[in-house]
Amino acid sequence: MEPVFAAIALVLSPSTLLVVSAAGLFGLFVGAMPGLTATLATALLVPVTFFMDPVPALAAIVTTTAMAIFAGDLPGALLRIPGTPASAAYVEDAYRLTRKGQAERALGAGLVFSVIGGLVGSVILASTAPILAEFALRFSSFEYFWLALFGLSCAAFIATGSPLKGLVSLLLGLFIATIGIDITTGYPRFAFGVVELMGGVSFIPAMIGMFAVSEVLRWAIRRKRAMTPVQQHIGRIFRGQMANLRRYRTGLLRGSLLGTLIGVLPGAGADIAAWVTYALARRFSKEPEKFGTGHVEGIVQAGAANNASLGGAWIPALVFGIPGDSITAIVIGVLYMKGMNPGPTVMLDRPELLYAVFFTFFVANLFLLPLGWLAIKFYRRLLEVPRDLLMPFILLLCMVGAFAINNTVFGVGIMLVLGLLAFLMEESGFPIAPAILGIVLGPMIEQNFITSMIKADGDLLAFFERPIAAVLGVVTILVWGYAALRIFRPQPAAGGPKSEIGEGE
Amino acid sequence: MLRRTLLASIGLAVVASFGIAAGAGAYPERPITIIVPWGAGGGTDATGRILASLMEKRLGVPVNVVNRTGGSGVVGHAAIANAKPDGYTIGVITVETGMMHWAGLTDIDYRSYTPLALYNEDPAGVQVRVDSPWNSIEEMLADIRANPPGTFKASGTGQGGIWHLALAGMLDAAGLESDRVTWVPSQGAAPGLQDLVAGGVDIVTSSVPEAKALIDAGKVKSLAVMAEARNPVFPEVPTLKEQGVDWTLGAWRGIAGPEGLPREVIDTLVPVLREIHESKEFRDFMAQRGFGVVWKGPQDFEAFMAERDAALGKVMKKLGLAKG
Repeated sequence: MEPVFAAIALVLSPSTLLVVSAAGLFGLFVGAMPGLTATLATALLVPVTFFMDPVPALAAIVTTTAMAIFAGDLPGALLRIPGTPASAAYVEDAYRLTRKGQAERALGAGLVFSVIGGLVGSVILASTAPILAEFALRFSSFEYFWLALFGLSCAAFIATGSPLKGLVSLLLGLFIATIGIDITTGYPRFAFGVVELMGGVSFIPAMIGMFAVSEVLRWAIRRKRAMTPVQQHIGRIFRGQMANLRRYRTGLLRGSLLGTLIGVLPGAGADIAAWVTYALARRFSKEPEKFGTGHVEGIVQAGAANNASLGGAWIPALVFGIPGDSITAIVIGVLYMKGMNPGPTVMLDRPELLYAVFFTFFVANLFLLPLGWLAIKFYRRLLEVPRDLLMPFILLLCMVGAFAINNTVFGVGIMLVLGLLAFLMEESGFPIAPAILGIVLGPMIEQNFITSMIKADGDLLAFFERPIAAVLGVVTILVWGYAALRIFRPQPAAGGPKSEIGEGE
Repeated sequence: MLRRTLLASIGLAVVASFGIAAGAGAYPERPITIIVPWGAGGGTDATGRILASLMEKRLGVPVNVVNRTGGSGVVGHAAIANAKPDGYTIGVITVETGMMHWAGLTDIDYRSYTPLALYNEDPAGVQVRVDSPWNSIEEMLADIRANPPGTFKASGTGQGGIWHLALAGMLDAAGLESDRVTWVPSQGAAPGLQDLVAGGVDIVTSSVPEAKALIDAGKVKSLAVMAEARNPVFPEVPTLKEQGVDWTLGAWRGIAGPEGLPREVIDTLVPVLREIHESKEFRDFMAQRGFGVVWKGPQDFEAFMAERDAALGKVMKKLGLAKG
């Protein structure tokens, strides 16, 4: 019990609470700006976390992402432009409510049920991660190999609109991951004698480049005029939410649980959680014909699901070091930086830090209620921020972050090159999330494969000899089978997620 | 007003540059950077940071720690060796100084540095799962001897890393082939130990402090330390020598600058480092983390590195890890 109290004291210290408040406002701002995503907000936070203790640093990330995912609903409801991809699933319903002069109903539901979804995700994270960590202590390189491969397969094949383009993106990420000194044999690859390249492409500059720089480039090419919302006055947002809660409680629970589960799956994040939940909500609804016409039911469930997925994504990140979405891919980098190496031993090494993370999730979701209310009230002011000032400032933050990670200009170079690459990829319809997962998981797959082969004296069947490894192996092969079916027998496009998904927004 | 300030600062600058030219004990007059070749949060980083904060107090200028990681330590070690030898960039060099050049990764060796002080050495240990049938080194070695080569696997660091050499040297000293136990490379001691607990490998030859959390959790037991004497934090763990195997090996950390540091810099930094080394803050920190404390000044440190360099080269050649 002692580490739990230590954790509560760490989180409730005035400096941590101050960080949580500031990060909350930052997250709301970024999420509410169309085009700026929760992942981008996290990437921009990284350089700031250098100067913080572990708990405030992680609290800042948790709070920012929770706020940004909710704030994505704001431009969705008022401008019909989702602030982050996670709000895209129900943007039609929210906007039509606004057109009917009921923006407060859409935004109120978004806020209240984001908080509830977030809290459900937090409970599941706090209750399952420690148990799973104990279980994961029994994982050897065989299990990790399958787990990482399963994550990559999900990201590339299931979570993307086109499995083939997903695969290309994934292979590009895996290639980037091979640069540097190979950890198993100590042989430098693609380093061309450059000492900096021997260290490999460090992934925080890569991530900042791929998410933030690419967005700045996109803005520079297609500049848009400032937008004004259709409805000028927003009424009392909390009215009628109790009735919604009573009416949709089973759906709400289903959405929150499903959202968490999708968050746990590597590669699938808040946006997929919202799409899948929205589709299920319509299927189970008593009045499915109302969906898409300004109906609040889908907003309730999918709005809860995207916030719930955030907590879910931290489970594999903390327990296995495998990111559940692109946000936690960055979080893993920050964890290493703070000496809190993710993996099953995190419970043994620094239990108070782990409990502090759990507790922060609750605090952040509770803070969401008042801060979210403020954001709704002042939304029109937010839209007045000139983009001509905002975007160069973001680029500046990116530079500082990429430089600060190793104090080298080389990091800035990596950021710019990969930012350009990501921009070109997205412009051509290639999703970038599989590439990111390739960079993060590539070394893990390679190393666990080689060490397993060494242990098994080269016997490939050893990958199926340990029971857990065998189960994971079979599941992974099933995913491949499914992907092969989809590639070779293309089916008529179903409604729902298109290209942007898998990004954990 | 502005003009006067400007004149005054020009005047100051002139005086200051005279000061440097005259070399009248001006060092240090601006911030010093300490390069750490390993990641933030690790043991090398932690010791580098505590030294930096204590140096800052005594030298009166900011002392910043910069982590230059990657490439099995090559990136950071190269950055220290290639820095301008003016005393404003120094670094923490580690045992890998005596290994990287044998492996053919770089030309840098101990002669590329101006040694200042050796401050830490942690001996290797021999860790096994808590339910392992082996309760002593004799039992373990007898089992290894009785089974065909490659039956048992060990881990703890990358291929040819310091803990790999610890295992190979131990086997060699016990009269066995140095590769009779297969080495399974890992990203470091922590993942290696986790694989030990999971049943993936049989032995981990990391330092004992690295295994402390898992020993405390009752998952791992330590059979020996490869040192001259037992570790006071783990008094129940015997040395290899006590168990009849004459082999010691440790990972060390020291402060050094690039080759050719001016005399003045050496004469300023070494007494300060010596003073820090004896301070209560430093000793308390090292004891709390379980890090071993040693001291060698510039000449002794250089001799120590030369001796270790030759010894490591011998083992690496035997294992086929050295090039040429």
